[in-house]
Amino acid sequence: MSRTPLDTVEHAAATPDVELPWAELGLKKDEYERVVEILGRRPTGAELAMYSVMWSEHCSYKSSKVHLRQFGEKAPQSDAMLVGIGENAGVVDVGQGYAVTFKVESHNHPSYVEPYQGAATGVGGIVRDIIAMGARPVAVVDPLRMGAADHPDTKRVLPGVVAGIGGYGNCLGLPNIGGEVVFDACYQGNPLVNAGAIGVMRHEDIHLAKASGAGNKVIMYGARTGGDGIGGASILASETFDDAKPSKRPAVQVGDPFQEKLLIECTLEAFKEKLVVGIQDLGAAGISCATSELASNGSGGMRVTLDDVPLRDSTLSPEEILMSESQERMCAVVEPEKVDRFLEICDKWDVIATVIGEVTEGDRLEIFWHGEKIVDVDPRTVAHEGPTYERPYARPSWQDELQADDANKLPRPATSQELKDQVLKLVASPNQASKKWITSQYDHFVQGNTVLAQPEDSGMIRIDEETGLGVAIATDGNGRYAKLDPYTGAQLALAEAYRNVATTGAKPLAVSDCLNFGSPEDPAVMWQFAEAVRGLADGCLQLGTPVTGGNVSLYNQTGEAAIHPTPVVAVLGVIDDVARRTPVAFQEEGQLLYLLGDTREEFGGSAWSQVVHDHLGGLPPKVDLERERLLAEILISASRDGMIDSAHDLSDGGLIQAVVESALLGGKGARLVVPDGLDAFTFLFSESAGRAVVAVPRSEEVRFNDMCGARGLPVTRIGVVDGETVEIQGEFALSLEELKKAHEETIPALLA
Amino acid sequence: MTARIGVVTFPGSLDDRDTQRAIRLAGAEPVALWHKDKDLHQVDAVVLPGGFSYGDYLRAGAISRFSPVMETVIEQAKAGLPVLGICNGFQILTEAHLLPGGMLGNDHLHFICRDQKLRVENTSSAWTVDYSAGQEIHIPLKNMDGRYVADEYTLDKLEAEGRVAFRYVDFNPNGSLRDIAGITNEAGNVVGLMPHPEHAVEPLIGSGRTDGLPFFTSILKKLVNA
Repeated sequence: MSRTPLDTVEHAAATPDVELPWAELGLKKDEYERVVEILGRRPTGAELAMYSVMWSEHCSYKSSKVHLRQFGEKAPQSDAMLVGIGENAGVVDVGQGYAVTFKVESHNHPSYVEPYQGAATGVGGIVRDIIAMGARPVAVVDPLRMGAADHPDTKRVLPGVVAGIGGYGNCLGLPNIGGEVVFDACYQGNPLVNAGAIGVMRHEDIHLAKASGAGNKVIMYGARTGGDGIGGASILASETFDDAKPSKRPAVQVGDPFQEKLLIECTLEAFKEKLVVGIQDLGAAGISCATSELASNGSGGMRVTLDDVPLRDSTLSPEEILMSESQERMCAVVEPEKVDRFLEICDKWDVIATVIGEVTEGDRLEIFWHGEKIVDVDPRTVAHEGPTYERPYARPSWQDELQADDANKLPRPATSQELKDQVLKLVASPNQASKKWITSQYDHFVQGNTVLAQPEDSGMIRIDEETGLGVAIATDGNGRYAKLDPYTGAQLALAEAYRNVATTGAKPLAVSDCLNFGSPEDPAVMWQFAEAVRGLADGCLQLGTPVTGGNVSLYNQTGEAAIHPTPVVAVLGVIDDVARRTPVAFQEEGQLLYLLGDTREEFGGSAWSQVVHDHLGGLPPKVDLERERLLAEILISASRDGMIDSAHDLSDGGLIQAVVESALLGGKGARLVVPDGLDAFTFLFSESAGRAVVAVPRSEEVRFNDMCGARGLPVTRIGVVDGETVEIQGEFALSLEELKKAHEETIPALLA
Repeated sequence: MTARIGVVTFPGSLDDRDTQRAIRLAGAEPVALWHKDKDLHQVDAVVLPGGFSYGDYLRAGAISRFSPVMETVIEQAKAGLPVLGICNGFQILTEAHLLPGGMLGNDHLHFICRDQKLRVENTSSAWTVDYSAGQEIHIPLKNMDGRYVADEYTLDKLEAEGRVAFRYVDFNPNGSLRDIAGITNEAGNVVGLMPHPEHAVEPLIGSGRTDGLPFFTSILKKLVNA
């Protein structure tokens, strides 16, 4: 066994010509040269490890940040925003002294490699972001995009992902209240596993990731550090051969939800006793990220003794310890006189906690190993001053052709029988079918505050038992729309999530996003990204809902084939009293059904064009955000004042999909009349945005119509809740039994 | 003075706060008990809540059963202290041999969360007197290891002695033998079940029903009248 000497700072300065494996660690030549320039010498192995992970696309947003700036530049004035982009998660004021933090992130690539652990640790990571803000996590949501439903690999990936999300989230005691599952061949090989979480705290409990106050102690607590999730760092382990050491390490992290549950309780107890100055979770880039971010956000420097980090594997090299992405770890900055109490609380919860360093006077991050200095950097250069790329982007040559392939010209059903067959086919198609097989694997009751959960339009959680104050969240994103027009597609995702929140009676407040795209090195993909960000930023400005944070996932691409551009948008809303919420299910026979908004011939990217014609072309539905805002106001007022008993937003699948869902959930049918000026096909299948169907008790009919009339929202009476069938007068009737079978048997048949 | 009902928090307990809320809504006083503390703090009854105590490692309930608090719970349950085990709590009670049988993984191998229909079959236990015999109720169910099993002799004995407290109706969600959802001990002071009555105590929340509340009013009635 031979081991080269430890690569200390001193050693690095004395040996400028030593070649380091920067390319293997993913750095470009000019990036490496920049590191040398910053340090004024070559980096040590440990420093290189830190720079390489922190300057990766995932951590530094180097391709995306020139575009993401718009979320700040175009941010609407909002009194609700308490903490914005750049922290672990954004924080929004929801009134009565409460603040809510929420965020959506991706765990796409790990979930493809190892579906269960990839998805599980995705939940774990987003939940730690929430607790790092000082909040108790209260719910999770999981937007998923999978390959074709009938592809054999989907049967490998999706059940594993669902079991992983459930296995982790259920064990943490977090109700899973929303999300979506969308199938499309474009996600074959690149499934999207996004995870969102919401946390609640009092305003005064907001914590930030910063290390301030020289002499304050840096405490690592939670799981021991192991060799999982190291990725390329093993290259830096500088031995030539070592039998004693496990050579292959998993690149995907392994989760332990039980440990995370203890971490949540122990962290919240420490917050409660005001023991924490600053806090950061350890996610991507592990200790490298936590120490450099804490130090660079604070006022001083930091000194860390790496030997003190509790290890699961004593053979790990310092570079590996710095880069390890072992799960369920946190880093807290604590005043010296409070350290004992902090450690006591950790001990109470059987959580390992160790002082690994302290905040210093200077502005350097110094890391020691066996008494020797192996890192001496300005933490800002690691955490915040990574490279920025102005990647070239260009509207793809095929975009015009795609848009010219107009879905409105596709053959339409010629007879009532054909119309009926297509309705059945639509509600049974994998994307429109009931996802109960999936969502029943998630606990949505735990914590005893769940007011609404999937398949409702938005998930809703009560946050105050006395007043009934609650929050709602919806996530949406239609990659087919975005492929046809990324600017409009992003706005449609925003509009739909915004509408979904309002449909349940909550007022939309703020936005988080998870932007899933192909390779930024492809100018066409970069154009999609730039357009989507521009659309989303413009949309948020117009709707008055600021983006509070989010995540970008690039390189969702196999060879030349990128996924559809898939901006997933989460909208958070607030409701003063959850007793006023409006569910999707029809409640009472005899109630009148009204269609709100305008229906146009809009079939580009529609579920109908996909299910019936396997077609994607034309333009997505038009967006009118002023209309969305008006519709939302009407829905919220109507919920609050008891004018509607059920409501459902119209989106993919159109009106018929919405009515069938409301009917099946309520166990009550509907009789519909095609309104004047519309043909039955357009009435049922159009995906025009800015619409909802509501059920109005007869006693409220006049009041509801007057309100819509006074505010100028088009409203059309389309039928009545009635019977055991969904009937389109003069066209066809389908029994609830037949619809239920079609709607509910598809997914189990594919996956179970 | 109202009854004091203890709720044990083990590491990994999830529904401890929810159970405390249910006790409060029923009009009793919830008392938080800690797994490392043998002292039951003079409570009149104990609930072992749902969750994944000790991560369900080794086997659901297998480690918690040896925790300090359980020493006292086992001793006092044998002396008549009313104890209710919900889900993971039920698993702990079988591991502790306060109730017969045991729980295996669901027959379909998936976690399942649903609003479950049950029939109340025993209305004489400490936790079920507020139900009527044969009453059908809906209570949320959510578990990974919910398949109740026991040998034929034990099952026959449970049936003969009227100790099957709850049975799944219309749909057996986990493959439990004889559709058993919950049972009592011989004395009727210890009850365990897989579904979660604490999630069915408010009309707006969770399943939107209050079918679970009688568990907590039953014990209150029993204790106050005692």
